[in-house]
Amino acid sequence: MSEPLLMKGNEALAEAVIRAGCRAYFGYPITPQSEILEYLTAEARERGMVVLQVESELAAINMVYGAAGAGVRAMTSSSSPGISLMQEGLSYIASAELPCLVVNVNRGGPGLGTIQPSQGDYFQATKGGGHGDYRLLVLAPDSVQEMADFVFDGFDLADKYRNPVMILADGALGQMMEKVVFREYDPKDHETAKPWATTGKSGGRERNIITSLHIQPEKMEDINKHLQEKYRKMQTEVRYELIHTDDADIVLVAYGLAARICHSAVEMGRNKGLKLGLLRPKTLYPYPYDMVRELSAKVKGMHVVELNSGQMVEDVRLGVNGKVPVTFFGRMGGMIPSPEEVLASVEARIAQLHDEPREEQIYA
Amino acid sequence: MPEVAELQPALEAVWTKPETLTETRMHYCPGCGHGVVHKLLMEVVDELGIRQDTIGVAPVGCSVFAYQYLDVDMQEAAHGRAAAVATGIKRVLPDKYVFSYQGDGDLAAIGTAETIHAANRGENILVLFINNGIYGMTGGQMAPTTLIGMKTSTTPEGRETATMGYPLKITELLAMLPGVYSVSRHAVYSPNTVRALKKAITKAFQYQKEKKGYCLIEVVSNCPSGWKMTPVESNKWLEKNMLPLYPLGDIKVEGTLVQPVQKKEGQHS
Repeated sequence: MSEPLLMKGNEALAEAVIRAGCRAYFGYPITPQSEILEYLTAEARERGMVVLQVESELAAINMVYGAAGAGVRAMTSSSSPGISLMQEGLSYIASAELPCLVVNVNRGGPGLGTIQPSQGDYFQATKGGGHGDYRLLVLAPDSVQEMADFVFDGFDLADKYRNPVMILADGALGQMMEKVVFREYDPKDHETAKPWATTGKSGGRERNIITSLHIQPEKMEDINKHLQEKYRKMQTEVRYELIHTDDADIVLVAYGLAARICHSAVEMGRNKGLKLGLLRPKTLYPYPYDMVRELSAKVKGMHVVELNSGQMVEDVRLGVNGKVPVTFFGRMGGMIPSPEEVLASVEARIAQLHDEPREEQIYA
Repeated sequence: MPEVAELQPALEAVWTKPETLTETRMHYCPGCGHGVVHKLLMEVVDELGIRQDTIGVAPVGCSVFAYQYLDVDMQEAAHGRAAAVATGIKRVLPDKYVFSYQGDGDLAAIGTAETIHAANRGENILVLFINNGIYGMTGGQMAPTTLIGMKTSTTPEGRETATMGYPLKITELLAMLPGVYSVSRHAVYSPNTVRALKKAITKAFQYQKEKKGYCLIEVVSNCPSGWKMTPVESNKWLEKNMLPLYPLGDIKVEGTLVQPVQKKEGQHS
């Protein structure tokens, strides 16, 4: 373990990228994550990494395709509009089964939007995003510490499943400074054999081809079946954190920055005698449906809080499957609710539970 | 009585397929230039003995299946992104030979940004650019390099500049960039042009070994199906109509422009 350091989220993430043995980063500047590109550029030469500022996010994601296909740990990072531009490439990468890391420091949208924090990219991150039937593994940090930790986990998971992994952060996590400790991690201990990589046809082996083109529909369906089988296996990677859920009447569900605000709101509510708990998914794909189901069997209601108009709430409803009412509170476009505001939404929700138990929506 | 074997002298092999061409039957139309360029490319790889160190990038377009024929490690790129994919490979495997093989739509329309920036960074790769002035794979639509007046399925009256702009001479445009080391234009419609192209490919791989930077070889080629001609007619048409606008020869040699890259327009039909 390293000494505790005080670092910006984006910089802690970038430092972890180097320590995780990433060999190539390709990126294009966009607020609020340009520090990742800047940090890596400054460190690249001495620490033996290819770091390239390129002409667009399209170029960046396709360079990741090339480098990952050549068998090295490769990544890019961007923020919402840039990630939209990468969706084509991500679909190709998922289909060609190339392991890589993509970081989205989510900002407010739609459109050019704002540079303030948002969780408006939940659907884009967890439901595929580009064309075709595919999934990314999605990790959602809620602290500078996890901005670093999830880089190591992300590369390991990418290699384990030959699948792109996304870290879905937000502008606040990228910009804020907190204590971070880097784990002991020797990339050599985490190397995966990549006999499929295009490193040159030698040693009498067949040529390696990285492609997502399978023109025969029978073959394309087989590829799809294989991918779906892989996604089923990936369900075992689900990760979450539970806070005060043992005796909770109402469980809040939130990830990332929203979860931190909810944590404060839960503590404030507990001080007022309200039995509140918090479920914080750390993986957004795979999603902790089983835990949502389990909790829904013993609580009076679930209350989802997001920095969007209600995206993850759909997954909570799938998990709850009608057992208890599910309500939602969100702010959009880069606005961040205070813990007081969240608590007020919970209290309004409790009042509602007594009056009209099936009323399901609360909007800000 | 002499033995039968004595009456039949051993046949002399006058042609063999390069070892690095697979046995797969090509899907290209009869008379298409792709097959010839594939063969030349693999002959050079064989002769230089670099199969184990060569990685190719196939684009979207007629040559999307190039990896079925070229027996080297290959990556298939998204439409227009071959230069970016090649950059990704070359940057992490700098001692390998990396080439992309792209058509006019891929390189000069949807992939213009990736093409220009890879060239401008002086990426140490070989870009083989097949220019037949048409989108062959999708059924003969206008390409950025389609000649003025040339009929395609999306220019049924012929390309007119007022609404469709001019044929894009991207090769000349790229030659002007300081990161570009070598640029030449070739063809494969005659024995002489085939020989010249093979020499150019050999030289480009040697430059890559010496880390000289970006090398571009344009091949002005035909599309009998898209042009709706027989192979022989298409080659004659190419010589008469394509070459005046896309003249063959060296454009940049070892970092120095050897041909004026801006000629007075009006030389095309």
